[in-house]
Amino acid sequence: MTAIIALSLFGISNLFLGFWLSRKMIQQITLLFLAIGMGITIADWNHEFLWFGNMFRTNNTSINFSIIIQLAAFFVVAFSNAFGQDDEHTHPAEYYAILLFSTVGAIIMVSFDHLMMLFVGLEILSVAMYVLTGSDKRNLRSNEAAIKYFLMGSFATGILLFGMTLVYGATRTFYISSMFNVIANTAPESMPSFLYAGVLLMLVGMLFKVSAAPFHFWTPDVYDGAPTIFTMFMSTVVKTAGFAAIYHIFAGVFGGLYTTWVMPVYFISMMTLVIGNVTAVYQQSVKRMLAYSSISHAGYMLLTVSARQSSSTSSILFYSLAYTLATLTAFAVFKLVSEYQTGRTEKPADFQSFEGLAKNNPFLAFCFTVSLLSLAGIPLTAGFWGKFFVFTDTFNRNIVYPIILAILMSAVGIYYYFKGIIAVYFKQGDIQKIEISTLYQVALGLTTLGTLVLGLFPNLVKSLF
Amino acid sequence: MLLLFILLFPLVLGAGLLLAKPSKPFAIALAGSIIEAIAIAYALCPAESTNLQFSQAWIPESGISFTLWIDGINGILIGLTGLLIPFIIASTTNSDKSENASYLGLILTMQTALLGAFLAKDAFLFYFFFEASLLPIYFLAAQYGGENRTAITFKFFVYTLFGSLFLLIALIYVYLRTPGETHSADIETLYLTARNLSAEHQGFLFLAFFIAFAIKMPVFPFHTWQPDTYTISPVQGSMLLGGIMLKMGTYGMIRLVIPMFPLGIAQWGLTVSILAIIGIIYGSVIAIQQKDAKRLLAYSSFAHVGLMAAGIMTQSVDGIQGALYQMLSHGINLVGLFFVIEVIERRTKTRELAQLGGITQSSYVLTVAFIVLSLGSVALPLTNGFIGEFLLLKSVFDQEMYLGIISGITIILGAVYTLRLIQKSIFGNVSKVTKDFEDLLIGEKLVLIPLILLVILGGLFPQYVLSFSAASVEKLVALLN
Repeated sequence: MTAIIALSLFGISNLFLGFWLSRKMIQQITLLFLAIGMGITIADWNHEFLWFGNMFRTNNTSINFSIIIQLAAFFVVAFSNAFGQDDEHTHPAEYYAILLFSTVGAIIMVSFDHLMMLFVGLEILSVAMYVLTGSDKRNLRSNEAAIKYFLMGSFATGILLFGMTLVYGATRTFYISSMFNVIANTAPESMPSFLYAGVLLMLVGMLFKVSAAPFHFWTPDVYDGAPTIFTMFMSTVVKTAGFAAIYHIFAGVFGGLYTTWVMPVYFISMMTLVIGNVTAVYQQSVKRMLAYSSISHAGYMLLTVSARQSSSTSSILFYSLAYTLATLTAFAVFKLVSEYQTGRTEKPADFQSFEGLAKNNPFLAFCFTVSLLSLAGIPLTAGFWGKFFVFTDTFNRNIVYPIILAILMSAVGIYYYFKGIIAVYFKQGDIQKIEISTLYQVALGLTTLGTLVLGLFPNLVKSLF
Repeated sequence: MLLLFILLFPLVLGAGLLLAKPSKPFAIALAGSIIEAIAIAYALCPAESTNLQFSQAWIPESGISFTLWIDGINGILIGLTGLLIPFIIASTTNSDKSENASYLGLILTMQTALLGAFLAKDAFLFYFFFEASLLPIYFLAAQYGGENRTAITFKFFVYTLFGSLFLLIALIYVYLRTPGETHSADIETLYLTARNLSAEHQGFLFLAFFIAFAIKMPVFPFHTWQPDTYTISPVQGSMLLGGIMLKMGTYGMIRLVIPMFPLGIAQWGLTVSILAIIGIIYGSVIAIQQKDAKRLLAYSSFAHVGLMAAGIMTQSVDGIQGALYQMLSHGINLVGLFFVIEVIERRTKTRELAQLGGITQSSYVLTVAFIVLSLGSVALPLTNGFIGEFLLLKSVFDQEMYLGIISGITIILGAVYTLRLIQKSIFGNVSKVTKDFEDLLIGEKLVLIPLILLVILGGLFPQYVLSFSAASVEKLVALLN
């Protein structure tokens, strides 16, 4: 909780620091801010607090998710390279400030105890993301992406609000804990029927944010159009916060209405798996492939949500972390290569521009490979255990067909992730040594190492519960 | 601790070679693999192996532990791995591969993955290594392989991984039915749990396991990846694939499928045996027509493994003992034969049978080695191949006479394609490419001579190996009654 106050203050001070400090200094200061934020968050470990008139709850679950979010933000800032050297058109101080604000929003989304808080958190996160998506002002695609994201996003928010209103009407409370009691203590027959409508509308609103099919249409365009550094942020932080919130509401509060929402969630998760994976196969652009891969991972995570086991929280946590680390690494390498190839080839984002990377950049090739293997769920990487825990949870509920579909889709996943590995190692290309700053290199090393360490010792995270 | 050392030593060494790229990788890798072989031999000494186990919590919340063990069954395969890797590394002698630290590093990394699968007592640990072993071999084959390697190795990777995903869900299914709050993935607990499942469930689970192992072995009709992959892999990759990695499939059948799903086998066992025997005939017939020597060996390996699968499916002591012995001798013979072909290819730059011939006069050791290894592969008495093949055929015959008779044809067909291989490649008239055939170098002789001895010793003294595994196999078969 103190973390959100601190990060907000840091964000504001960042805006002013932009007048005095150089780009590099601001980047370092922002890193420091986020490190302090994480420190403050961890200090509350094993304590449970309620704040703001009981609207905000911190406990170990929320702390875990907050740490993942801040860690992701930390790495995004480390990978940001101070946003290029173009003084006129980029304003790093503002971007860093907005990044910090949206981190605050994400933290609120994982710690709310009141639906208003959820809404506030979601909006802080989303509005910040609309701005950042369009931050590449002179790029038409970035502008298009921002408008698209904004229009679709506000529409989804409207649906979410509508759902909340209906739920409020039925339960006469916004507080999560009292809502839970009302639902648990009322016979299903005596519930007003609009409660169910409200629950499903909320589901739709939330699923939009994590880009589950059929609410995913914005994802590829927005991911593709946004500057890579913010795509990185979007696909990790927004997704983690979104899933933590979905699980918190649906498995927790609406647990009593499990039968109402579980069938839609199954259906949506299966659809997400098929659409995400199958469409990813046809992508020529690595960035779009990663966008569809992010859709497909939403499908796996939804399976855990629908399983609603006692171990599901830790599974979602593990999956989010594994996915976050791998996605960060993949995008970080992508960013370097596509920047290097811009001007050299026509389509710097395509698989072709990765060909022959391993020859002169073995480190980048290795990191990229590890991240793709993790996303594909191959042993030795964190992604394998992520999938393993998801399958275990889902099977525990005797859900068989979605699992078989998920297995088939994992095999499809290997197909497109390996396109990257093949391009990097087994194709000929003329990529020279790419210069990387030390900070970038260390950050890349850490995310890769994290993926491998979690792949060998999954218990480090799994035992936090 | 000894087991942990055995498991991790090749990995550490391999990672060292991959990262540091020292100047004399061949000497380091060979010495390391010999040290590893000695450690394994020590662990397999009867006095040592009785209670050798290493256990460490891995994911205690899920009942998954890092447990390694050695008993009579996996002891054979661990011994095989320890024995063959030095030969595989030594077989790079006198080629540019022996200078290549990454290449040797990948072979050693592969050794850890293979040993891990054989040593694991926890089913998920087994799965972990079962799948992880694909990575080093994939990079080995895709990086250093022959023509069209990218597409072929990719097919291999996706195909085998697809199969093992079925194994994963089937394992999870059984594991979730083990008693206790956290469940357990210990293989022996899984035995007890799986056996009590209904016949219908066992049938499905059997199929899921079978697909994974059948692709790995491969059993007909899951073999389409195999000939291409064996052919384009660099020769050490083919040795790893055919000599050791394929045995993960047969080992999985013995270790997991047989004791876990007796009712599943009752439903599907005959189908699997028939598929395996179709594979024997089909593989042999195709092998007879091959023009490429390496491809011929790939099909012969496919035929041999079919007989192993059929023997395992009899669930008898003879069948399993025969399969274990045959895994050992098949590994030795195949590595030897691949090396012979490689040696010929180095000198003549071709594997086309039509272009070869007339080598007998040029190299005495090569001729003897080729003939002895081939006879071992044909299963002539007094060679190692005979023991395993005899036990396997006997077990199949005991179970179903007609199947036994049909699979007996394998000996005849095997003789046809193997003798054709020898005849076309080393006998006959000297051809254009073989007229300046140089005699073997010292290093190459040093690889082949021990292999010849192993073939003969294996044929003369099978009892040492058979008695090593007897107790464990009998225990396993006793579980079934």
